[in-house]
Amino acid sequence: MPQAWSLYAAVAAGGFRRYATYRTATAAGVFTNTVFGFIVAYAYTALWDQRPHLGGYDLPRALTFVWTGQAMLAAAALIVGGGFHEELQDRIRSGDIAVDLCRPADLQTWWLAADLGRAAFQLLGRGVLPMAAGALVFDLALPGNPLTWAAFLLSVTLALVVSFAVRYLLALAAFWLLDGSGVNMMCALAAMFFSGMVLPLRAFPGGLGEFAQMLPWAAMLQVPADVLLGLRTGAALARGLAFQAAWAVALLALGRLMQSAATRKVVVQGG
Amino acid sequence: MASVAQGLRAYGPIVSMWVRSTLAYRTSFVIMAVGNFAASGLDFVTVVLMFSHVDALGGFTLPEVAFLYGTSSTSLGLADLLLGSMDRLGRRVRDGTMDTLLVRPVPVFAQVAADRFALRRLGRITQAGLVLGWSMTRVEVDWDLGRVLMVVLMLLCGTAIFGAVFTTGAAFQFFAQDAAEVQNSFTYGGNAMLQYPPTVFAKDLVRGVTFVVPLAFVNWMPALRLLGHQDPLGLPGWVDFLGPVVAAVMCAGAWLAWRAGLRSYRSTGS
Repeated sequence: MPQAWSLYAAVAAGGFRRYATYRTATAAGVFTNTVFGFIVAYAYTALWDQRPHLGGYDLPRALTFVWTGQAMLAAAALIVGGGFHEELQDRIRSGDIAVDLCRPADLQTWWLAADLGRAAFQLLGRGVLPMAAGALVFDLALPGNPLTWAAFLLSVTLALVVSFAVRYLLALAAFWLLDGSGVNMMCALAAMFFSGMVLPLRAFPGGLGEFAQMLPWAAMLQVPADVLLGLRTGAALARGLAFQAAWAVALLALGRLMQSAATRKVVVQGG
Repeated sequence: MASVAQGLRAYGPIVSMWVRSTLAYRTSFVIMAVGNFAASGLDFVTVVLMFSHVDALGGFTLPEVAFLYGTSSTSLGLADLLLGSMDRLGRRVRDGTMDTLLVRPVPVFAQVAADRFALRRLGRITQAGLVLGWSMTRVEVDWDLGRVLMVVLMLLCGTAIFGAVFTTGAAFQFFAQDAAEVQNSFTYGGNAMLQYPPTVFAKDLVRGVTFVVPLAFVNWMPALRLLGHQDPLGLPGWVDFLGPVVAAVMCAGAWLAWRAGLRSYRSTGS
């Protein structure tokens, strides 16, 4: 269906352009990500000075992890606020969702395209400069091999899809909850903690670390960062990508199930 | 002075209006307050996770870092409760609703500060207060009345300093309308930095938060004296007591910035 593809490509391009218009906000975001990157990088330096191989990372790798996290923070929506789900929740609450459901396009794919467009802009707009600032001041372990970068980009794309799939579930919860702010906050907290944003999951103590590495949030930062750091090659790389893809498929399918349950509910309400 | 009194009189009713409206949805309020508690708690969990691997960070023990965390986070929490809604100012300038505030016979500052007053922020203050209380029983300090008063004064000055940053940030948004995040770098970012010992950071960064944006006076300077640690910049001892002076100067500066911002305001006309 080439026609459908071009529709979703246009939606994605629209998502990209929409965020590209907020220039001051993007500049402010770059500044914020850089400031936080510096603070965390110094704290990690103090930690890794005493435990030089914590979690299997040396200091340059730990610092690269910090800046990868800052670069992906906005794109993968690992923070409270931002992202499409708040908008979709608003449309569900106000009833505008009825209009969306009449469109000759699939609701989930539509929002996936729009969110990937947004994420692509955030990755370029808010990701590249903080990473460059980090590389200027700190000794980072960025790979020289273009294949590693290609694997990283693939892993990032999967991370963005998993992040979307989780937030799509959140958004649809508005059909039942009406006010999504509570669940949004709880989910954003889980994302911060279990993605590795506050501390790499490999540096979590014992069982907690192993448990955290099986959750979908690990697919959002921990796996892509390890791919970039060259800690996942060969079979480990394949396992990491498969782990991400499995979560993406499972969560998207769950979203679909929830969507059909929710749309039946809309019909019942006559909305 | 008259306008200050008028502002305070206006702040109260607007705040109580928002509190009543928040409490109308009790479940939602409880979830948000607990979420606020947990969100700020996450920073401390990170610190505890770090200390599961080491005994000291930058030469500071866990109770000492908890003391820095508690003092900074309580101050930020109080400033955030009183003035935190000011980061919505940029949106008001963009969508034109700022005009509504200007025609009311109440100081604009009080209206902006009390706008959507978020009682859920008590969550952060509670969490930070608990950590502070715990740390005070664990650090090796001989607590007497003077030292306890010094902690209270620290919290008050810290609140005033963060409040000045919030106000200056809001004033800046009259010009750069969607740059609320820059303000966050100084408030939440500053808080994140002050939670760690100054010895962790590069000297230039410490100089920056001492002399340029003097956040170091929120807790670093007085806390180093209380805990008996050396100041990494080697400043004379009396500097540790400059908190109130710094807070007063910053508040005056913030007030001037606010007035300049408000005067330069041009409506979008929408």
